[in-house]
Amino acid sequence: MPTIYIDGQAYEVEEGKNLLEACLNLGLDLPYFCWHPSMGSIGSCRQCAMVQYQNEEDTRGRIVMGCMTPVTDGARLSLKGDTASEFRASVIESLMLNHPHDCPVCAEGGECHLQDMTVKVGHRDRHYRGLKNTHRNQYLGPLINHEMNRCISCYRCVRFYRDYAGGTDLAALASHDHVYFGRHQDGVLQSEFAGNLVEVCPTGVFTDKPLVNDYSRKWDLQSAPSICVGCAVGCNTSPGERYGRLKRIQNRYNQQVNGYFLCDRGRFGADFVNSESRLNFAGVRQDDGSYQAIKADDALSQVASLCQKGAVAGIGSPRASVEANYLLRRLVGDSHFCSGMSDVEHALVQQVAEALSTTRAVSPSLHQIESADAVLILGEDVSNTAPRLALALRQSARNKARQMAEDMRLEPWMDAAIRNLAQNQYSPVFIAGVHESRLEDIAAASVSLAPDDIARLGFAVAAEISGSHLPGLGHLSTLVGTIASALKAAKKPLIVSGTSLMNSAVIESAVAVVEALLSEEKNTLLSLSVPECNSMGVTLLDGGKGLGFNVLAESAAQGDIDTLIVLENDLYRRAPTETVDQLLGNIKQLVVLDSLDNATLSASYLALPAATFAESEGTFVSSEGRAQRYYPVFVAEDDRLASWQWLSELGQVLGLSGFDQLAHFDQVEQTCADEIPALSGITAAAPDHLFRNRGLKIPRQPARYSGRTAVRANVSVHEPKQPVDNESPLSFSMEGLGVGQPSSLMSYSWSPGWNSNQSIQKFQNEAGGEIKGGSSGIRLISPGEGAKIESLSVPDAFHPSNTDLLLVPVYRVFGSDELSRQAPAIAELSGDAQLVVRSENVNKLQVADGDGVVVVVDGSEVVLEVLVDDSIAEGCVGFTMGMPGTESLVIGIGSMVSLRRAENWQPRKPQLIATDNPNAPSPDTRGQRGVPYV
Amino acid sequence: MENSLREKVLTRNIGPDLVPADMESYEANGGYKALHKVMSGMSPNDCLEVIKASNLRGRGGAGFPTGMKWSFVPMGDKCSPGHKYLVCNADEMEPGTFKDRLLMECDPHQLIEGMILAAYTIQADRSYIFIRGEYLVAIERLEQALADCYKRGYLGNNILGSGYDLEMHVHTSAGRYICGEETALINALEGKRANPRAKPPFPQVSGLWGRPTIVNNVETLCNISHIIDKGAEWFQSLGIGEDSGTKMFGASGHVKNPGCWELPMGTPIREILEKYAGGMSDGRKLKGFLPGGGSTDFLVEEHLDLPMDYGSIGSAGSRMGTGTMIILDDKTCPVGMVLNLLRFFAHESCGFCTPCREGLPWTRQVLEDIESGRGRKEDLETLVRQVKYIGAIGNTHCALAPGAMEPLQSALKYFQSDFDAHVEQGCCPYTQGERV
Repeated sequence: MPTIYIDGQAYEVEEGKNLLEACLNLGLDLPYFCWHPSMGSIGSCRQCAMVQYQNEEDTRGRIVMGCMTPVTDGARLSLKGDTASEFRASVIESLMLNHPHDCPVCAEGGECHLQDMTVKVGHRDRHYRGLKNTHRNQYLGPLINHEMNRCISCYRCVRFYRDYAGGTDLAALASHDHVYFGRHQDGVLQSEFAGNLVEVCPTGVFTDKPLVNDYSRKWDLQSAPSICVGCAVGCNTSPGERYGRLKRIQNRYNQQVNGYFLCDRGRFGADFVNSESRLNFAGVRQDDGSYQAIKADDALSQVASLCQKGAVAGIGSPRASVEANYLLRRLVGDSHFCSGMSDVEHALVQQVAEALSTTRAVSPSLHQIESADAVLILGEDVSNTAPRLALALRQSARNKARQMAEDMRLEPWMDAAIRNLAQNQYSPVFIAGVHESRLEDIAAASVSLAPDDIARLGFAVAAEISGSHLPGLGHLSTLVGTIASALKAAKKPLIVSGTSLMNSAVIESAVAVVEALLSEEKNTLLSLSVPECNSMGVTLLDGGKGLGFNVLAESAAQGDIDTLIVLENDLYRRAPTETVDQLLGNIKQLVVLDSLDNATLSASYLALPAATFAESEGTFVSSEGRAQRYYPVFVAEDDRLASWQWLSELGQVLGLSGFDQLAHFDQVEQTCADEIPALSGITAAAPDHLFRNRGLKIPRQPARYSGRTAVRANVSVHEPKQPVDNESPLSFSMEGLGVGQPSSLMSYSWSPGWNSNQSIQKFQNEAGGEIKGGSSGIRLISPGEGAKIESLSVPDAFHPSNTDLLLVPVYRVFGSDELSRQAPAIAELSGDAQLVVRSENVNKLQVADGDGVVVVVDGSEVVLEVLVDDSIAEGCVGFTMGMPGTESLVIGIGSMVSLRRAENWQPRKPQLIATDNPNAPSPDTRGQRGVPYV
Repeated sequence: MENSLREKVLTRNIGPDLVPADMESYEANGGYKALHKVMSGMSPNDCLEVIKASNLRGRGGAGFPTGMKWSFVPMGDKCSPGHKYLVCNADEMEPGTFKDRLLMECDPHQLIEGMILAAYTIQADRSYIFIRGEYLVAIERLEQALADCYKRGYLGNNILGSGYDLEMHVHTSAGRYICGEETALINALEGKRANPRAKPPFPQVSGLWGRPTIVNNVETLCNISHIIDKGAEWFQSLGIGEDSGTKMFGASGHVKNPGCWELPMGTPIREILEKYAGGMSDGRKLKGFLPGGGSTDFLVEEHLDLPMDYGSIGSAGSRMGTGTMIILDDKTCPVGMVLNLLRFFAHESCGFCTPCREGLPWTRQVLEDIESGRGRKEDLETLVRQVKYIGAIGNTHCALAPGAMEPLQSALKYFQSDFDAHVEQGCCPYTQGERV
C-alpha cells in the first residue's frame, strides 16, 4: 500500500485510487463536484484541488486536481494549506458569479451539495460586480423541473444521461459561460433514468417535479428504509413523508443492487400511496350495492364469522409481502391457497425459481452483472420490465473499454480518457427479443424473433457451445456461431432471460446456454427476471404446493368455496374478465384486503383497507433471490393496517392455533422462516425489532426535523406523543443515532457538513464501495448441482401465417405496471394501450399509426390503437401488457389472432409537448396537476 | 549586427505577387523530390532519425521537439491493429497570427508533401487538414492540390509503388479558437464538442477515435520535406542561435509595414521590427509588444535585442508562441488592449472547466470597469488574484486560460501606472488617443 503525506501526516492508501478518493476514504473533506464514484473523473470543476510537492525541499508545489491525480507512493500533498484553500475558494466564488441567490425558494435547499461545498471552502465575500447570466428554462416533462440559472456546469447531468444511461436527448449546448444543459427543444426527457438527474445534479437545476409541486425540505421528511415495488429488481429506496403524504422517493445506496441509481418508474411511481382512491376504512357492501364504512373491529368479526360459516380459500399476491402471504396461507391452509398469479405466470416463476436453485450458474446481483464481459439476452425486454437491470447491462458492455484501459495502464476512474480510447467498442451484447429494445446502441447484434424462435436460438447457442449443431436455423446459423464463440471467449458470460414473454421454452433455453457454458468450468451468470416485486417470494412460499388459479376457479364452480379472501390483488389483471366474474359468481362472499380501489375490490362484499409499502413492514424477494426488508415510513392513517396485521388479528379473532404467537412482525417472520425451508433466510435480511444502536432506536426523522408541534397547531398547541413503533428497531422520532447502524436500517443519509445525498460516502467502506457492515439483503437462492435440460423442449420453428398473427406481449416502463400507473406523473407518460404491428400487416388493413384495430382473440374482440413498428418480429403482433383494455388479451398470448379495421374509431388528440408556434399554449403549464405554474 | 536572410525555405515558392504554386511549378522548384527519395528507400525510422537530428520544434506555439513527439507513436508490433492518424492543425486563430494562411494559400503542395512524409514516418494511413473555416482560399487551393496528388499517385494506395497507402482529407472547422488545442481539435474532428481532453493519455497513443495520432502545426509540417531533402545539418545551420531552421515571423499594430516574413530562427526582435516592419508609425513610440500572438506575455523596449528563439524569449518571461508580434504603441491604451484580448479569450473558452469558463468573464468584467472608469482600487488586487487563480497551467484543464492571462499579468507588471491612472482618473486616459 502506498504511503502519501497530506499536510505532513503520513497515510497508507489503496493503490489505483485517485487523490480525491483517497482523501474521502481517509475521512478528509475534500470538496468536489464533477467527480462521481460511479462515473469517475473528468476534471472539469477544478474544485478538488490540492497542492503536490516534488519532494521534501519543494515548498512551492503545484496545484493538482485530486480526482485526476493517481496516488503515488511517497507523494507529498497539502489539502489545508493556503494555496490549495485559496484556489478552492476562488473556484466556488467563480461558480457563484452566476448562481442565483434563491436558496430559500430552491427545492434543493437543505440538501444541496453546492451549499455544503460553499460553506466548506469558506467563501463569503463577493468581488464580482457584473450582471448574472440568465437562461430560459425548458419544459422537460412531468417528472423533472429545470432551472438552468442555478447550473454550475459540472457536466454531471450529461455524463450520467448520455454516457452512463445511454440517453440522447439531453446535451451540453453552447460554450464559454453560456453552456446550457438541456434538450434541443422543450419536451419530455426520453430516458427512463432521467429522474437520477435530480440526485446527480449537485445543485437545483434538475429537481423532482412532483416534490416541487408538493414540497417539503429534506430535513422535514420522515424516512425509512424501503424497497421499490415497481418491478422485481428490488432497488433500495428511501421514501420521504410529511403530513401523511409520501413526498418523494430517493435512492438508498446498496452497492449490490441499485448503487446510486433508480429508474423513473421506481422514483415517481410510488405516488399511488397518496392516491384519492386509497381505501381508508373497512367497508361492507349494502343491499343497494354501496359500501358502508364500518369499524375495524366490526369488520374483523364479520370476516371471522364469514370464515366460520363455510369453506375459505385465499388468493395471495406477488405484490404483497412474504409475511402477509404467509399468514393468509396459514389462515386458509396450504391446500386452499393460491399464489395469486395466473397459472401460466405461476408456472413460469416456479420454473425460474427451480432453474436458479438447480443450475450451477450464479443468479447475479446488479453489481455482479456489471462485471459480465459478454451478455446474451433471450426474450426479456429489460429496459421495460426491469429497467435498473438494463442500466447495469449498459455498464457491463463497457468492460471491453475497461480492459483496453487496463492494457494501456489507464486508471479505471479516468472516465473521459477511457471513453475516448474505446469510443463505441463494447463487450459483446447479443439481444434476441420480439422487437427492438433500447439497448440496441450497445448490441453487437440483435434480432427480432417470435418467442419460440428465441428459444430455438438459445438452444442452438447451447448446442454450438457443446460442439453440436441444431438443424433448421436458416439465416440465424451465423449469428448462433458468433454468439457461441463470444460467450465461450468471455471470462464471465451472462445470460439474461425471464418470464415476460410467457414462454417457458425461452427460459429453458437460457438455462441450457448456461449449462453448456458451465461444462467449460466457467464463471457463468444467469439472471432471470420475474414480473413483480414479490413474485419470487410468493413462489418460494408456495413451493408448488398451492392451488393454481384455474383449479381454484374449478373448485369454486363446484361450490367448494364459500368465502374467498383476496390479498392485495386485482384478479381482473390476472385472468379474462369472464373467468373472474364466473369465479366470483361461484363463491358466496368475497373479502378483499387492498390499498387502492380496483375492479376486484369493487366486487367485494367486505373490504379491508391495507397499508401500502410506505406504511407497513414486510419482506420482498427480488428476482435475484434476495430477501430485503422494508419498513413503514409513516403511520398509516385512519383504519389502514398492514395486511399482515389484518390477517394476524383475524387469525386471533378466529382463535386459530398458533396465531397468539403471530401477533408481532418478528414472530410472523420467524415462524414463516421455520416453516418454509426456502424462506429460512429471511430473518437475516434485517435485524429484529429489539436491535438498538448504542442503546437507542434508529430515527426516521433527521436531527433538524422542525415544526413537529406546528403541524397540528390548529388542533392543539401541545406537542403530541410521537407514535411508537413496536414492530421494528426504527422510531418515529429524531432522537437516536443516524450513524453506525446496519445498511438495512438506514432511513436517510446525513453527516455533519454533508447535507446532500453525497453524504453516503461517510457511510461507505470506501467511495463507491459497500456500506460499512455490508450490503443489505440476503440471498435465498444459491446455485445447485446442475440443471437438467430436456432435449425435447426445443420448440418448432415459427412460420408466419398469411392471415393471422402471433400475439405477443410488449411492455412499457410507464404503463405496464399496476401501481405506478396510479401516480399522476407516471400516468401522464403512460398513454393508452396500443397494438404494435408491422407496417406490412397494417397496410393490408389500410390503417396507420393512431387508427383503431379490432383484435379477435378466442372469440372475444378488443379494440386498440395501432402503433406501427417494423422492428416487431415477422408474423407477430404485440399488445401493451398490463395496460387497461388489454386484460382479455393476456390469455391469447402465444396464439394466432386476426385483425380488422375498427369502424367509428376516434383517434386520440395528439398531446402538445413542444411547438415552434408562438400562439400555441405554453407547454410549461402542463404536468402541474391542473395548477398553472406561476 | 544585421542578419540578412541567407536562404528562403518555406517561402521559396512565394513571390511578392502571391501567385500560388501549382503542381508543375512546385515540382519544377524541387517539389516532391523528398517524397520520391523516401518512397524509393528510406524507412520510417530513417525519416524519424533525420527529423530528430534536425532539432525541429513545433511551430504552433509550444515549441515541442517534433521528432520526439513522433517517436511516442507505437510502431510495428507495439501498435494494436487499426488506423493511425496524422492531423495538420490549420485552425489558425491566434490573435495577430496569419503565417499559416500564407503558407497554405501560396504553397499548398509544400504542406501536403510534408504531411505525406510525416504520415509515412509514423505509418499513418489517414490524414486530415483541420483548417479554419474562414480560410476559403486556402481550402479551395488545398482541395485542388489534393486532387492533383491523387492523380499523380502521391496519395492513395501504393504511393509511388512503395506499398504505402495514405488518405488525406481537408476538414473545415466550425470555428472555435479552442480547436487549435490539439485534443480539442481531435474532439471536433470526431464530431464532438471541442473540449480539450485530459492528458495522459496523449494523442500519440490514444488520439483520434482512440487511435495513435500526431497533430502538427502547418508551419512545422512545411519544414519536413526540406529537412528530408537536404538533411538535418543543413536545417540546423539555417538558425542563428540555438534553434534550427527558419521561422515565419510577423508584426501587426502601429508599425509602418505590418506583415509576415521568413527569417532565420534567432533573428533579433529589433531587426524584425525595424528592418522588416519598417519601425513604428510616425509619431508613435514603442510601448511594448506581444512576441508570439495574443496569448503571450508583453515584452518591452529592453528586450528588443533578444534573438527570437524559444529559449531567449522564454527566459525573458514570455513565449515565442507563433512568432507573430503584436506591437503596442504609446498612444494605445494597454488596458483597452488587454481587455480586447480578454473579451476574445472569454468568448472562446470552451466552458469545460470552472476557472476558465467563469474566471475569464470575471476578469473581463473587472477590466471593463477599469477601462470605462468604474474601476476601484481593490479591482487591481482582484486582477492580481485572478492571475494567480487562472494563470497557472494545471489550475485549468488546458492552456487556454493561462495563455489568456499572460498579456494581463505582464501588463500589470510593465504598465501598472496605466491601470492606476484609469482608477484614479475615473476614465481611460487614452480616450483622446493620447494619455492625458
